[in-house]
Amino acid sequence: MTIAPPRLAPPLGLLAELTHRCPLACPYCSNPLDLERRSSELDTATWLRVFDEAAALGVLQLHLSGGEPASRPDLVALVGGAAKAGLYTNLITSGIGLDRARLDALAAAGLDHVQLSVQHVREDEADRIAGYRGAHAKKRVFAREVATAGLSLTINAVIHRANIDAVEALVAEAVTLGARRIEVAHAQYYGWGLKNRAALMPTAAQAAAARASVERLREELRGAIVIDYVAADHFGRFPKPCMSGWGRRSLNVNPAGRVLPCHAAETIPGLNFWNVQDRSLKEIWEQSPAFNAFRGTDWMREPCASCDRREIDFGGCRCQALALTGDAANTDPVCVYSPARALIAAAVEEAQGGAADLVYRRYQPAPAA
Amino acid sequence: MTALADDARPRLARGVRLQEDKARGGFVLLAPERVLHANGTAVEVLRLCDGERTVAALVDELAARFGANRERIAAEVAALLTDLAAKRMVEL
Repeated sequence: MTIAPPRLAPPLGLLAELTHRCPLACPYCSNPLDLERRSSELDTATWLRVFDEAAALGVLQLHLSGGEPASRPDLVALVGGAAKAGLYTNLITSGIGLDRARLDALAAAGLDHVQLSVQHVREDEADRIAGYRGAHAKKRVFAREVATAGLSLTINAVIHRANIDAVEALVAEAVTLGARRIEVAHAQYYGWGLKNRAALMPTAAQAAAARASVERLREELRGAIVIDYVAADHFGRFPKPCMSGWGRRSLNVNPAGRVLPCHAAETIPGLNFWNVQDRSLKEIWEQSPAFNAFRGTDWMREPCASCDRREIDFGGCRCQALALTGDAANTDPVCVYSPARALIAAAVEEAQGGAADLVYRRYQPAPAA
Repeated sequence: MTALADDARPRLARGVRLQEDKARGGFVLLAPERVLHANGTAVEVLRLCDGERTVAALVDELAARFGANRERIAAEVAALLTDLAAKRMVEL
């Protein structure tokens, strides 16, 4: 007798990393250290096919990201195709390189929402963090233009030691800029963030103060702005439910077409990522070995395997387990039940030594011939 | 929480869409980083939130259509719309 496996639920969201090219050089960038070059990027027709396949598969929301998605000359066509497929389209942008005419064209093509990154409220600090002189002033102008174009705006503020004390001012700035929502998200320590951990990690007191500020402002500004908060998981008792579970709700397509369960999945050795140039998105979602590697709970070891929280946090983050313990199948060491929890305390302590220089996100020099 | 005025003319905020979910069935309300399943009542209410109709007119219409108690419908409409307004998904 055979028992049919439970039907795999379709994904809700797709993050399309249209390009890794970006004018900014933020030291906590979620892109991998080894950035894809323009020559390996998918063409317009392939992206449009992926969007059609995503909608047919059950994806409801499409996040157009990068790098800076505006680096793609075909951005308006891509948004138009996605909107035609019925997808809710969210543009995740630095605001650099999108003039008013292009913004109007995006709105006309059916763009639903714009998410703009802001690095600080002080221009000099914001520009230093972004590694781009004049970035903050351009962002302010862009935010006004988003409002004038009648589009809905979210401000995204990644917080870390250099701006965490300005969290209240960042929320106030988002209100001033006309945003309906702000995402206050602690830097995540993979890839570039991990390289810069000593310079980015806040103290426990700073993280607690930021959380208290956010909770207070949520009440005070109720109905004016929605505040979403991504906690600093190094200071929590339990890990974050990374991606709401591996291969459970969403997928990422990188600039070259490889389909990943999360931004950082390619740091995990031995995983086989399928490419949209070779297979349909449905086939990849259902059968790709990389997606099935950590799906559900069967892959778990103790203490996760018998834990009551195994379907609450799904063992936390595979990439963090790998980065800190050396094995992606271990419990995320953020968890108080992890035998490796001491590594988290050590990482926090190591970061308190004082200022460290930022390593900016840049393309690696091409290997010498 | 603000009370819902009878003469408010609710509409979905820009960046919010009510859409059929063909893969899973039913309807969803799509907003920035949010997907809310909309039950049958919510769908009927939200379809009438066009920025033209007042809350009072909307309640009258639903009460007539479903032959239901007007006060009960008014309470349901108020609960739904004030909640969505606090989430900045509906403009009143």
